[in-house]
Amino acid sequence: MNFDLNENQQMIARMVQDFGQRSIKPHVMEWDEKQEFPVPLFKKLGELGLMGVLVPETYGGAGFSYFEYITAIKEISKIDGAIGLSVAAHNSLCTGHILSFGNEDQKKKYLPKLASAEFIGAWGLTEPNTGSDAGNMRTVAVQDGDYWIINGSKNFITHGKSGDIAVVITRTGNPGEHRCSTAFIIEKGTPGFSAGKKENKLGMRASETTELIFDNVRVHKDQMLGSKGDGFVQAMKVLDGGRISIAALSLGIAEGAFDAALKYSQERQQFNKPIASFQGISFKLAEMATELEAATLLTLKAADMKIKGMHMTKEAAMAKYYASEVAVKVANEAVQIFGGYGYTKDFPVEKFYRDAKLCTIGEGTSEIQKIVISKNLIN
Amino acid sequence: MKILVCISNVPDTTSKISFTDNNTKLNTSGIQFIIGPYDEYALSRAIELKEAAGGTVTVLNVGEADTEPTIRKALAIGADDAIRVNAFPKDAFYVASQIAAIAKSENYDLILMGRESIDYNSGLVHGLVGELLGIPSVSPVMKLDVEGGKAVMSREIEGGKEIVEASLPLVAGCQEPIAEWKIPNMRGIMSARTKPLKVVEPASVTDNIKLLNYELPAPKGACKMIDASTPEKLFDLLKNEAKVL
Ligand SMILES: Cc1cc2nc3c(=O)[nH]c(=O)nc-3n(C[C@H](O)[C@H](O)[C@H](O)COP(=O)(O)OP(=O)(O)OC[C@H]3O[C@@H](n4cnc5c(N)ncnc54)[C@H](O)[C@@H]3O)c2cc1C
Ligand SMILES: Cc1cc2nc3c(=O)[nH]c(=O)nc-3n(C[C@H](O)[C@H](O)[C@H](O)COP(=O)(O)OP(=O)(O)OC[C@H]3O[C@@H](n4cnc5c(N)ncnc54)[C@H](O)[C@@H]3O)c2cc1C
Repeated sequence: MNFDLNENQQMIARMVQDFGQRSIKPHVMEWDEKQEFPVPLFKKLGELGLMGVLVPETYGGAGFSYFEYITAIKEISKIDGAIGLSVAAHNSLCTGHILSFGNEDQKKKYLPKLASAEFIGAWGLTEPNTGSDAGNMRTVAVQDGDYWIINGSKNFITHGKSGDIAVVITRTGNPGEHRCSTAFIIEKGTPGFSAGKKENKLGMRASETTELIFDNVRVHKDQMLGSKGDGFVQAMKVLDGGRISIAALSLGIAEGAFDAALKYSQERQQFNKPIASFQGISFKLAEMATELEAATLLTLKAADMKIKGMHMTKEAAMAKYYASEVAVKVANEAVQIFGGYGYTKDFPVEKFYRDAKLCTIGEGTSEIQKIVISKNLIN
Repeated sequence: MKILVCISNVPDTTSKISFTDNNTKLNTSGIQFIIGPYDEYALSRAIELKEAAGGTVTVLNVGEADTEPTIRKALAIGADDAIRVNAFPKDAFYVASQIAAIAKSENYDLILMGRESIDYNSGLVHGLVGELLGIPSVSPVMKLDVEGGKAVMSREIEGGKEIVEASLPLVAGCQEPIAEWKIPNMRGIMSARTKPLKVVEPASVTDNIKLLNYELPAPKGACKMIDASTPEKLFDLLKNEAKVL
């Protein structure tokens, strides 16, 4: 395997850096403080092709592979993790679900709009009472002729309010029964379908997270993804790919924090020396760099297997688990290296520190990743 | 309209410059090469003109095979095809002669370049190409519009600006704000691989210049801070240490 960035990845990295410097970086703290989800930015990201990275060109996307996708998410997240999270959720979850399991009509109808960001996508699996235990969801869909009637609620849904469509996993059988859940595409404006409370969060504050409420929502059977009963299996496959994107998000946050700390440690003088000359600091940098490298390699390996069509549930879980823990640790050490300045909002590491923590929680907590990994080991 | 944009392949402005081979070669290791920033504005304007009035945009670079990533970036930004003259760009006259050799047979309406490359910064190539082809050349151009076979350009001059009109074909050395700076999008990056990139062998040109060696400018000395309340100290330093007074 070649670990160098290919030419496309280099161009994508540069493109995101150029765009990010002008259109993201100046607003990062404002969006964060106001907890503003910048919809116009996502439209611009759509024009750049970053909202349909994996969507084939025939459906209006960029048609790239997971390698280019990782580069895009990582580079965005180096500038703003919250934007990285939203781009990842849009691409991997909502768009990814329709791309993998939609029929031709559904793909033609929705993918071009999602890829161009005319539509922002949401994906709803988690519920207030069923997070890690998503299989026990309570939002139900009941058939009524050509329609399905959905009742219940989802929470912690990225783009729950600003999203134009949502892929929602519902229960269509008895709890605990095999194949008891089904996925539907629901458009904003469908009567009874609304967003509830917007979460006030520690980090990732520019990424909108809300509740979704379903009050007798009638959805035509053409909106069903795959067949009745496929929902949970589809969701788990979507998450396999999604975990690679959360790993990439983690790498971006970790690299952003590391780069800032490396630079600062060579500029900040104490006891008449740059603080990087103290072993206590330089050893931190050595550990951070090594762990970041290891996390990168795990992520690339999972992506490589995904591209080759291999079974990669374990590797994606390993990449997500490790990279997210590394992001938290690196961001934490970066704040330490910045000392008191790192604790203020005048320097970027404070935000990396807050944003990083989401990575060990979203799309399956670290504990759940360990369950997935160990299940794949012990058989 | 048929537009040619000449792009140079130059070190990123943040590069640390050093030399090898007894200071006769640029040390390219660790250096990221980019499209000359002024050339990128020329390219952006060419694409805007094409989008408004139709036509084609060809990019041309005189360089060896390692410049192809830079050429493909220009294709990703929106040029239709590319030509690489397979030669080391020895000096401005050599580069201009190669560009003129290509342009002679192709009848471009506009040949756009940057006002200067950002490596050798000589600002010569556009003038030389204009002269070699016997057509007007104008630089630095900050605004360029084409109407009825003529170009109307706004040129920066000492203390003001000059509006110039010239008939096509012509050569223009461009600089911002001539166009909205364009960055490639994902689709552009994807399609860059399949757009034609023709490699042609160079025309023979006599060598006028021989490079002896490079030298780095003397490093900047440490900066001395003088308290605002002691201007006499500044005077003393300027007089006795810097010896400029
Ligand atoms: C910013 C943000 C965005 C999100 N976006 C989306 C989205 O777009 N769509 C969506 O569907 N969801 C989304 N989520 C939800 C996210 O996936 C869940 O929060 C996550 O899966 C954890 O579920 P929970 O919060 O209910 O925690 P719980 O499941 O209640 O977990 C609590 C703790 O118990 C641990 N735990 C649970 N079960 C076990 C076990 N068996 N063994 C050991 N430990 C266990 C967990 O690891 C955790 O530490 C988002 C969350 C956040 C914070
Ligand atoms: C490693 C390396 C070493 C070099 N060594 C020398 C050297 O020793 N001496 C030297 O004079 N040059 C050298 N060059 C070439 C240099 O990069 C320029 O291409 C050439 O000299 C013209 O530069 P200029 O400053 O005269 O261009 P300018 O006249 O300032 O350029 C004006 C415009 O001409 C166009 N242009 C310039 N160069 C090219 C090109 N190669 N292909 C297509 N369009 C172009 C661009 O649009 C540019 O904005 C070297 C290049 C490289 C990469």
